[in-house]
Amino acid sequence: MDIYLPIANLSVNALVIILLGGGVGVLSGMFGVGGGFLTTPLLIFYGIPPAVAAASASTQVTGASVSGVFAHMRRGGVDFQMGAVLVFGGIFGTAAGAAIFEILEALGQIDTVINILYVVMLGGIGGLMAKESLTSVRASRAGKPVPAAKRRHHPLVANLPIRWRFYRSGLYISPLAPLILGFITGIMTMLLGVGGGFIMVPAMLYLLGMGAQVVVGTSLFQILFVTMASTMMHSLTTKAVDIVLAVFLLIGSVIGAQIGARLAQRMSPDYLRLFLAVIVLLVAIRMALGLGWRPDEIYTLQAL
Amino acid sequence: MMRLLALLLFLPSMAASAQSVPKLVPDVSQREINIQSGFTGAEMLLFGAIIYPRGVAPEGQVDVAVVLRGPTRAVTLREKQNIAGIWINVDSTDFRSVPAYYAIASSRPLREIIDSKTAAIYELGLERLQLSPSGEVDAAEQKRFVDGLVDLNRRNGLFRQEAGTVEITDQVLYRARLNIPSSVPVGTYTAETLLIRNGRVIVADDNVQVRIRKTGFEQLVTIMAQDFAFFYGAMAVLVSLLLGWFAGYVFQRL
Repeated sequence: MDIYLPIANLSVNALVIILLGGGVGVLSGMFGVGGGFLTTPLLIFYGIPPAVAAASASTQVTGASVSGVFAHMRRGGVDFQMGAVLVFGGIFGTAAGAAIFEILEALGQIDTVINILYVVMLGGIGGLMAKESLTSVRASRAGKPVPAAKRRHHPLVANLPIRWRFYRSGLYISPLAPLILGFITGIMTMLLGVGGGFIMVPAMLYLLGMGAQVVVGTSLFQILFVTMASTMMHSLTTKAVDIVLAVFLLIGSVIGAQIGARLAQRMSPDYLRLFLAVIVLLVAIRMALGLGWRPDEIYTLQAL
Repeated sequence: MMRLLALLLFLPSMAASAQSVPKLVPDVSQREINIQSGFTGAEMLLFGAIIYPRGVAPEGQVDVAVVLRGPTRAVTLREKQNIAGIWINVDSTDFRSVPAYYAIASSRPLREIIDSKTAAIYELGLERLQLSPSGEVDAAEQKRFVDGLVDLNRRNGLFRQEAGTVEITDQVLYRARLNIPSSVPVGTYTAETLLIRNGRVIVADDNVQVRIRKTGFEQLVTIMAQDFAFFYGAMAVLVSLLLGWFAGYVFQRL
């Protein structure tokens, strides 16, 4: 079934898009990430212009995270105070991201920067996750108790001025730390079309030292609002949000997410994390190869 | 097909009024291409008749070339180079008049039927397009960019050149099919027909226009995204929120 995308200006196979959304949805349901880091590159491989891919993927992440936020809210797994600070920083981040996007596009370097950011971030985080999950898998195989991570925030965070009490997170830290974290993730959301869960979650755990029971819910809460802001920002600046593309992605991903959530309950969390790490690393490697290999298209066109 | 039939019927009377130069009566299968949700590209039939003075075809072979050309626009072409192991955009050139779409079909290969000077005047053939590159002084470098631009567009299906695909019947009727990909830009297109003999263009007609536009929902979405950006963004957010919430709700009941 072919469907014409009015903003991307080309026709695609709707089934491919739904399946793509579905596959990403399964992963996002399993791991509690939005899945934007997979959607955007896959759409670009499929031939969607990079700006449209990033903009529409962030619209899709909004829909994919909504039911997760509700689920975590019912369990009391959202620290609204922390979430609000993160979102506040995130909205400024999307505005900064929009400005960066515009500058890079005028310079003709947007694609390269997106690729390099993907390689660095996914490679770094994927590597960390892989290392950590391998350690705990080995420990549990050997029958030893998994060494509990020390829960305390990074010295850099501790040195920031002003302190607020975040009751649900069990923290007494400077609000500047989550504000900056939100700001950086907002830039990423705008440039890469990712929700930023895969940066946010480890940063919350290891930089802020938040309680594990509120990390995923609060991260989803932040993702929900920041992707909404980035959809608005893209609509106003790049005008690259393709609502038809986003809807077909969503149809796949909302169904996939529910399937993924059910699958996750049957798997051990250590293996789950290892699996996610492998996927993240694979995307990073594919991106790195794309930078180093001679591309199919040496030339790119941009309307003046 | 009906138009072709009608043409045939009226041919004798039209021929009587012709001057000493042959006259072309061109037409296309569609004057309007509407892009809608199922649009996967289109096939355009360019056809018509040649009316000779006193209704007599000349001795020897005549050739026909047809051109379908989209609106021109200014573009920047960027070139990637390998810098320290990474392929990044380094060089660029601006072109002031690049047709959004250009397809040419001829009854025989162009170089066999037309001399290069005439071909250049009428911009016949992909290597003869007047793209008005600017900013590059070095001729070799400019040629590299022009070739890159043409090659990129040809592989995207937006530039086409086909030889031997114009069928001529009895030196009078001609027809050719041109393919239009789904990524075709909207705008007003011009269909041009050229009658060629002994290496020269005898008569050319570019009075047929084709309108390519988005209609219905696709048009609405495009206009909203361009002119009502805030509302469009809010709609996109709302739709994704509702879809996400609805799916969660449905699955909870299952």
